Amino acid sequence: MKYYDKLIFELSKPGRTGYSLPETEQQLPKGIVWRETAPALPEVSEVDVVRHYTNLSQMNFGVDTGFYPLGSCTMKYNPKVNEEIAAMPAFTGLHPLQPASTVKGALEVLAGMDKALAAITGMKHFTFLPCAGAHGELTGLMLMREYHMSRGDLARTKVIVPDSAHGTNPASAAVCGLDIVVVKSKADGLVDVEALKALLGPDVAGIMLTNPNTLGLFERDIKEIAELVHGCGGLLYYDGANMNPLLGVVRPGDMGFDIMHLNLHKTFSTPHGGGGPGSGPVGVSDKVVPFLHIPHVSGFHGNFGVILRAYAYILMLGREHIKLAGKLATLGANYIKESLKDCYKLPIPTVCKHEFVFDGLLEDNGVSTLDVAKRLLDYGFHAPTIYFPLLFHQAIMIEPTETESLETLDAFIAVMRKIAEEAKSDPEMLHAAPHNTPIGRPDETTAARQPVLKYD
Amino acid sequence: MSKIADGLLYSESHEWVKVDGNVAIIGVSDFAQAEMGDITYVELPDVDDDVTAGEDFGALESVKTSSELIAPVSGKVVARNDALEDQPELINEDAYAAWIIKVEMSDESELDALLNAADYAKTIE
Repeated sequence: MKYYDKLIFELSKPGRTGYSLPETEQQLPKGIVWRETAPALPEVSEVDVVRHYTNLSQMNFGVDTGFYPLGSCTMKYNPKVNEEIAAMPAFTGLHPLQPASTVKGALEVLAGMDKALAAITGMKHFTFLPCAGAHGELTGLMLMREYHMSRGDLARTKVIVPDSAHGTNPASAAVCGLDIVVVKSKADGLVDVEALKALLGPDVAGIMLTNPNTLGLFERDIKEIAELVHGCGGLLYYDGANMNPLLGVVRPGDMGFDIMHLNLHKTFSTPHGGGGPGSGPVGVSDKVVPFLHIPHVSGFHGNFGVILRAYAYILMLGREHIKLAGKLATLGANYIKESLKDCYKLPIPTVCKHEFVFDGLLEDNGVSTLDVAKRLLDYGFHAPTIYFPLLFHQAIMIEPTETESLETLDAFIAVMRKIAEEAKSDPEMLHAAPHNTPIGRPDETTAARQPVLKYD
Repeated sequence: MSKIADGLLYSESHEWVKVDGNVAIIGVSDFAQAEMGDITYVELPDVDDDVTAGEDFGALESVKTSSELIAPVSGKVVARNDALEDQPELINEDAYAAWIIKVEMSDESELDALLNAADYAKTIE
């Protein structure tokens, strides 16, 4: 990888431009207050700009460059046909304030997507307004609150979240003005149903669950959990971040969930993680439909380009093949887990879904999870998610997704085994990893304590 | 091995309490700072705010994670350690010197629910 660390401002030479404008007699319009000095923009030629951004792009790592097993993020391949369809002028030329009669095609896409997502999840209807997962969570919780208030049930202020939950769950509940109550997990990583029973009562608005949970484990007691929560008058919210392994296998609606969001940018293959904006449509069951804001003929529907890409993905796979996605993602994760559990500590040795968590190396040579993750970069792999979930101190969370071939999985496994060997033979070298990347270990602490946020 | 200062009371959520008359001086344990890693931000309550035992009164952020600060006792905040706003690393350097808030207790019997140094040591073994 070629090292390149220039800011475009550093290339600037006074008077240099990449364009020429004709002389003009035109005066600036009067009556407007114009700034007195020119903004400090870089003065560069076209070739400067092209080389600058091309060099920067070559230092980037994405799903188009290599394996990206970032747990909880579902970094599956983003098919290029999605991009072609989203780039069609008939879509890119749309304006939200256009008369509905002139955007029938776009409305058909939304109606088709609503139907497809309902079929995949077992929900009744979706709204496409939320622009990301956490936005969806907030929307969903507001629906939950609205549902209780419409029934005059005003005392329901508590939202139950498991201790393994994504951090966004309690954050969304807090933003929504609800109180968070944490339910503990048992030693097997699943929600402690007995502990949950003790929390239920007339003050519970609902529970937020990710299933499979953040350890990649399917909450097997979900039917009982649903009955208990419904029994006390609460609703169930499904955090769709981990929907990928369930595609075509089991539906949140059938598990008893009332409200959910999907991350189209994870499960439905649209670019994310710096590659593009998200989309977090919210689906609801029959009893919550009356509170759903479905402006069928309004122009504003969140990130329409993302919805379009996801719709292309669903139609490309079709009813039959989409069922394979979840199963193959699950198979890949279990394959890696079983192939590495003799060198990495597997705290919960059961079948996982699309992802799983190791708790560091099996043999303690003073090599941390951070060292392993940094060393992976030397071998050309993106690091997995590390130090999440918080239940394990040396957590390494691996999610391969269904788009990786057996050869890629084997190559990753071989490197992970090699790193485990290096941890025995040369731990010092791992403490100093990575050795082959443009930068190694940025000082995150100083960056957080004394951030430098502007160039001058 | 993290340090546990003698003579202080501890909560299971890793806050320590030093009792000075009816004022509780509150910080977090050495174990807590070690678990958090380099602390980058301390969110403090205002003086005169009320805090309730078992509920959060602020938060710590580190490079690795963020964590709520749970009040070990109820009462009114009478002082806060403003130095932590610019120097959150003081907690990493000496968790028992870097107090966070001082609370005028409304119910001193809440102290009975806290752990002594020996019992706290057992919870973090």
